[in-house]
This record gives sequence, structure tokens and C-alpha cells, in this order.
Amino acid sequence: MWINLTSVFVDDQDKALQFYTQVLGFEKKTEIPLGEHRWLTVVSPRYRDGVELVLEPDDHPAVGPFKSALSADGIPFASFAVDDVAAEVDRLKGLGVHFTQDVLQMGPVTTAVLDDTCGNLIQLASSS
Amino acid sequence: MGDVYRALADPTRRALLDELRKRGDQTLFELCVRLTATHGVSSSRQAISQHLDVLEAAGLVVTRRQGRFKYHDLDTSPLRAVVERWPLPE
Repeated sequence: MWINLTSVFVDDQDKALQFYTQVLGFEKKTEIPLGEHRWLTVVSPRYRDGVELVLEPDDHPAVGPFKSALSADGIPFASFAVDDVAAEVDRLKGLGVHFTQDVLQMGPVTTAVLDDTCGNLIQLASSS
Repeated sequence: MGDVYRALADPTRRALLDELRKRGDQTLFELCVRLTATHGVSSSRQAISQHLDVLEAAGLVVTRRQGRFKYHDLDTSPLRAVVERWPLPE
């Protein structure tokens, strides 16, 4: 058994694809029409055969309250690895990304938390 | 307005004020990370949230909502009443 997919609930698949590719820097891997929505995944250009992130529609009624409660408390739904959190935060701020937690070094781990504009907070993390 | 003295009587609440002094405008998530990593506090997120409510009632913490997010900040002005009552030596 192994993990090949993980997902984030997004309020708009087109907007999510734009943010996750043009801003965060992932690449589209799969796009399959599936009724009202699409099976839509992105991967890191560094690991094209690695774990795929599914941009999953958030229209189930339970998802809205779940996402807003996590966001209000600043809790990230997913965490992505980067080489250098501070450099990535600078790059993304330059692209207009809002961070709910600026760069924070706690022992060997450095993190920051950003708003993915689709209703989720995403943590960036690197370890030294 | 809650009691400033009672709010300050708890070590976890004092640690929260210490962390807010290092950086303002923090989410509950960031404060929980800082308390665990820096102060070894093992309280639940809910317990930390209740401590923040006590600090807010005492006026030592102010919160603001920005869009979907809630941020906490330090306000030391209630401490002025303490030094006005027992002034510091010149």
C-alpha cells in the first residue's frame, strides 16, 4: 500500500488550477470531465511521478463550515515541502499571496501559512 | 472588563502574552505552535482558545477579523492601572 493522491477542497476548479499552477508552481497532470466537475490533479515539476494533489470540488454542504472553521483559527489543511521557506514566502508575496502566518522558525523546522484563495490554508515547511 | 490580575495569574496565559510580544497579529494555530515548541505547553487547542478568551476579557489581548481569518494581538494598556496604583521608583 502507498499514497499516490491527496486532495484539497476548492470552491472553483478553474481558479484553483490557476493558483496551484501559475502561482504555487505545480503542473497539471490529469483533467478528466466527470459530470458537473472534473477529475483534476496537479503534481510538483520536481516529482512528476510523485503524489498527485486532487483539486476536489467543495460543494458538499458539510465542507463549507469545515473550511471556514479551520480558516478562522488559522489551521492549514495541507502542508507542502520547500527548500527555503523564507525565499518562497518572498517570491509568493511578490505575486500577491496572503500569508496568515509569516515565516516562523521553531527548532529545526521553519514554516509559513498561506491562503490558497480557494478556501484553504496551506503550510509551507522546510527543515534545516 | 475581566480581572487583569486573574488573567496574569496563569503561566500559560503569561506565555501567550510573551509570544504575542515577539510578533503581533497571530492566528490561534500560530500561538498553539509557539506554545508547544517554545514553552513545552501541552494544552489542547481548545484550552489555549479559552485562555485567549480570558486575556481578551481582561483587555490584554485584542482580536480582529480580516476576511475569513481571526488574528490576536497584545494590548498592554490595562497594565497601566497596576503601576498607577503601585508606582515604580523614580
